[in-house]
Amino acid sequence: MRLDPQRGERIDRSRPVAFSFAGWKITGFEGDTLGSAAFAAGKRVFSRSFKYHRPRGLLCCSGHCPNCLMTVDGVPNVRVCTEPIREGAVVEGQNVRWSLDFDFMSVTDKIGGPFTPVGFYYRTFIRPRRLWPLYEKFLRSAAGLGKLDEHAGHSRRYDTEHRKARVLVVGGGSAGRAAALAAATTGPGVVLVDEDASLSALQLDGVEVLAPARALGIWEGGLVPVDAGTVLYRFRAERIVVATGATEQPLVFPGNDLVGVMLPNGVRRLVRDFSIKPGNRAVVLAADDEGLEIVDDLDKAQVAVSRAIDLRETKPFELVAQGSKGRVRRLVVDGETIDCDLLVASGGRQPAYSLLAQAGARIEFDSELGVFVPTELPPGVEAAGSVTGEGCSSNALPAYAGKGRCFVCVCEDVTTKDMKRAIAEGFDSIELAKRYTTTTMGPCQGKLCHLPSIRLYAQENRMYEAAIGTTTARPPWAPVELGLLAGRELTPARRTSMHWSHAEAGATIQWAGPWKRPYAYGEKPEDEVRAVHESLGVIDVSTLGKLFVEGPEAVALLERLYPNRFGDMKPGRIRYGVLTSDGGRIMDDGTIARLADDLYYVTTTSTGADAVTAWFEWWNAVWGYEAEIVNVTGAIAAVNLAGPRSRDALQRLTEADVSAEAFKYLDAQEIEVAGIPTLALRIGFVGELGYELHFPSPAGEYLWARLLAEGARPFGLEPQRVLRLEKGHVIVGQDTDSESNLYSSGMSWLPKLDKDDFVGKYALEHFAQREEKERLVGFTMEEDVLPAEGAQIVIEGLPAGRVTSARRSDAVGKVIGLAWVPTDRAESGTRVEIRVDRLLRGARVTHGAFFDTAGERMRS
Amino acid sequence: MSFLLSCPFCGLRPVDEYAYFGEVTTRPGPSPTLRELTDYVYFRDNVAGVQREWWQHRIGCGEWFLAERDTRTNAIEAVFPAGKTA
Repeated sequence: MRLDPQRGERIDRSRPVAFSFAGWKITGFEGDTLGSAAFAAGKRVFSRSFKYHRPRGLLCCSGHCPNCLMTVDGVPNVRVCTEPIREGAVVEGQNVRWSLDFDFMSVTDKIGGPFTPVGFYYRTFIRPRRLWPLYEKFLRSAAGLGKLDEHAGHSRRYDTEHRKARVLVVGGGSAGRAAALAAATTGPGVVLVDEDASLSALQLDGVEVLAPARALGIWEGGLVPVDAGTVLYRFRAERIVVATGATEQPLVFPGNDLVGVMLPNGVRRLVRDFSIKPGNRAVVLAADDEGLEIVDDLDKAQVAVSRAIDLRETKPFELVAQGSKGRVRRLVVDGETIDCDLLVASGGRQPAYSLLAQAGARIEFDSELGVFVPTELPPGVEAAGSVTGEGCSSNALPAYAGKGRCFVCVCEDVTTKDMKRAIAEGFDSIELAKRYTTTTMGPCQGKLCHLPSIRLYAQENRMYEAAIGTTTARPPWAPVELGLLAGRELTPARRTSMHWSHAEAGATIQWAGPWKRPYAYGEKPEDEVRAVHESLGVIDVSTLGKLFVEGPEAVALLERLYPNRFGDMKPGRIRYGVLTSDGGRIMDDGTIARLADDLYYVTTTSTGADAVTAWFEWWNAVWGYEAEIVNVTGAIAAVNLAGPRSRDALQRLTEADVSAEAFKYLDAQEIEVAGIPTLALRIGFVGELGYELHFPSPAGEYLWARLLAEGARPFGLEPQRVLRLEKGHVIVGQDTDSESNLYSSGMSWLPKLDKDDFVGKYALEHFAQREEKERLVGFTMEEDVLPAEGAQIVIEGLPAGRVTSARRSDAVGKVIGLAWVPTDRAESGTRVEIRVDRLLRGARVTHGAFFDTAGERMRS
Repeated sequence: MSFLLSCPFCGLRPVDEYAYFGEVTTRPGPSPTLRELTDYVYFRDNVAGVQREWWQHRIGCGEWFLAERDTRTNAIEAVFPAGKTA
């Protein structure tokens, strides 16, 4: 029922808003919350409790307690007491079988009590063990909160924003506002955040106000994530002012969770903000002036106040709330029964210190005030207002007594009996008792139950609260949607400067590490393979990592990074190189071209560019050579022009002499190709006569088109994999792993152990003297079946090795591949068996290339 | 981990901008025993206290440098560019 219009109310009575609440059509006003509108329409039960399915109604109206958690438009666990009203919203109860007013599962409250003490599911449902999955399914559906729609996907788009603040004020109460205004006088960069939506219109000179927004925690470095709905602000603040105020504490007495038992602030909000008459006959129980002041509000709202008890003056021995159908009907105080339908009960106010505790403040019990207060704040963090303990007290509480259930923690349905039982069972530290009973671990995160839990614990153990201390305050301080923490799903893709030419040509594009690359250009990759063998193909290899290493000591640096030698190379020559770690393991491979005495051009694998650059730079920082490393992977595009006709095609595009005599295998020459300055490397990853052309990226599409015009057929990654496999060329990371070394991988010719020092030398010296357990070899299948990559090599019924690459080769006429086999099976010609589709198939071990074994084609 | 780290070249930045490369180790001299080599490759001191370690300002200037950090508090005692330290 609404009161007459009054000053300061937030509702706009000229603008009705309709929505559905548990199946009922309800009309509220603009400015209402979903909860206040439902309450005004006479709704009292908002949820069913976690474990006992007891009816629960509005308690705090401040977004703290779990009592109004409902599912709104499919989003579970929304606190409707603070969720703004919106037209057409669908609000539903959760953790309910049938309806909020009649829940089948409330049988657990009636009969389950004695059978469901704290920790019962660990004890009662433990045997027989095999039935646990069944028990678990039942328990999970019987207890809990809302359900996520697993098929809904992301309903909202979440973003993360990194921001800086000179001063970040958390809390927009009077202390927070004063602190923000004071900070604003010393300069810009002051931000105030508050969870109350009504503060969004707040104007403070020189202060940016974010509302509704919640600070989730304080991390080191002044990092404060702020939940603003669909945006997560990651604030870095030089100074943080915590003005989170204090939280009213529920009183613990039998029947304290009945619908109609409310905290004074909750009642105050209903009366002042939403002009709602909260009940007809009220009793007020309070332990501080703030709580007692609610009597004035009740008078104004024409609620008859039967009794107001100041707990500082009166200490009732017996205090029991009784009700029917879950709603409070009367309060019994020391034998006297007072009828009421609203019981306003407050146990005083506790500073909301959690953020300060996370930041590293010391939290101590102030026995004079009866509350925990922050002391010794960390540098850069300040506290203002009630959070310091100012004006707070919770000292005059009656001892927990009386018959019936007293709830210490309404979130998790933990009663005083549960706590006592935990203590009796020997959980002799508050942290252990917390984990066992789950008190303070529910949706309010201890805001309403931490102090009562500790007080009860102290009372039972005859200890002082100060000696017990607090439990650890952990982020997030307020509930946050997981989607907000995950942020928007973004996967950056790298594309080469020729990418759109491939896409227009109809190439099948696939991920290759961070890159998007053509898999093949047509349905038949084998046709692209044949084109390279028989005439001319071209592949975009711009994804190769490319580094310049330059300087008087460039050669010394490379000599020490690679196991092989570079000092004896003449400018204009190329050498294959494999990087090893100091553990002797293979890290990456590529080619090193010496362009001048003090200038080298290094290529790496497509996925290794960044790691190799960092690796080079790190060692150079260690050794301090006079050499510069420049990663030009993005600036330089590259193609591999390959096939018997590649020399003729290249000659038509350049004035330089690229004849077999003038441009030999493993030569590097700087020439112009179709007018583009190009570094041409004569190397043969795919095993045919070929040239790797490296040139400025902007010319990518142009040069690609010119090469196609010369009759080159584009080929993709898949044909390239077939071609290199025919040559037995290893792909680092596919055929090798973090255990592979140069000896086991069949590259014992590569390391030069007589060099003074290089990364991996000492390990390789040891490897050179020992027998490797397994070796990387080639194999050909006896039958025309294709093993999967990763297929097992089986010896005497046991897995003994694995296939790393396998393809059908038209040029060889067989299925070929690479595999790791035990050393005693590594001899050429040895028969091994490979599991293909659950059958064992025979294969023969080979060494070296499968096709053009002498390498005449690429050297021609 | 969200502390601020000062790059010797760029100044104070969030730690997310950096790549961590572990504590500074001493590479053994020529012909180490297998034990010396294994110690160097696989074992770390993992001290609870101030440790000298490698960092790279990866999403920044890209430079490698050394920092002395208290592993218990993430307090940075000193940062300096790498000299010939190995």
